Amino acid sequence: MSRVWLAIVVSGAGTYAMRASFLAAAHRLAHVPPGAARVLRQIPPAALAALVVPALVRPEGHLDLLQPRLLAGMVAALVAWRTRNVGVTLVLGMAMLVALEAVWG
Amino acid sequence: MWSLSEARAGAVAVAPMLIGVVPFGLVAGAAPVAGGLGGWAALGLSTIVFAGASQLAAAEVLADGGSALAAILVAWTINLRMVLYSASLAPYLSHERIGRRLGAAYLLTDQAYALSVARWASGGKPEVRLSFYLGAGIVLWAAWQAATIAGVLLGGAVPDDVPLDFAVPLVFLVLLVPVVTTRPAVAAAVFGGGGAVAGAELGAGPLSIVVGAAVGIAAGTVVDALGGRDRRTPGRVGP
Repeated sequence: MSRVWLAIVVSGAGTYAMRASFLAAAHRLAHVPPGAARVLRQIPPAALAALVVPALVRPEGHLDLLQPRLLAGMVAALVAWRTRNVGVTLVLGMAMLVALEAVWG
Repeated sequence: MWSLSEARAGAVAVAPMLIGVVPFGLVAGAAPVAGGLGGWAALGLSTIVFAGASQLAAAEVLADGGSALAAILVAWTINLRMVLYSASLAPYLSHERIGRRLGAAYLLTDQAYALSVARWASGGKPEVRLSFYLGAGIVLWAAWQAATIAGVLLGGAVPDDVPLDFAVPLVFLVLLVPVVTTRPAVAAAVFGGGGAVAGAELGAGPLSIVVGAAVGIAAGTVVDALGGRDRRTPGRVGP
């Protein structure tokens, strides 16, 4: 197998193993001990923030708080909080970014 | 039990996310071609790995002449967060047969995870959970493959004047905001986001997301443990 296809197949197999890890054992997780449940409960806010925050504060690969994406993101957070609507937040957040980038020059 | 209405709800929920996913998929199709790996490699990455950021990173390593091992390690590192998603979703699907759970695992993405955990945490019948997940997951998968093929055929013809990549964090923001309503969740989010930024600044590269998530989970767990009785009932995570 070529270098490229070896990389693709093994990357995919490992990624699938990670995806399947706990789902494969889920039948033993019908009753999660409270201590484990406490840890699992933190995954959504922790993982989502780890995806979102770097995209807002270091869009060019270095920390930068004075740029349109952070401000547009803060406005979008407010919209998301008020509307809970993905479509509205996307449209207003993107529009805000386009407008700010035009002004920022 | 298959529920068409839940599957449709999943498909509808994921639809706005495609605004961010499709341009990303076009790049995932175009980048391997531009890097000299060819269109089949792009399709292989999209179907076999099916995880955007890791596909781009692995393609970049391979296009630069890096070894298969280097590309594999980069892809695995970026996708480590899937273990967290798998752990988070597993208690909700404990009643499903193993075959279905293993099939569902293939479709696990940031989007399918975030939508499903939000939907399932707010109640509903356990039997129809998988329908919602599959509705969202299959639509996302099909859109990703179509966008990859389009990217292979069109090359880098993605419009540059609209910052479509910004749609990706915005979508996760919409899912994050309603989650941060308790003190532990606020701590998890603040430390999760801060940890990811700190990790990236300190050179953790693709590991920074999972580093941040781990820091956030630890912080949220500590605050939750210290919070005592005013927190939600312990164990309220699964069925």
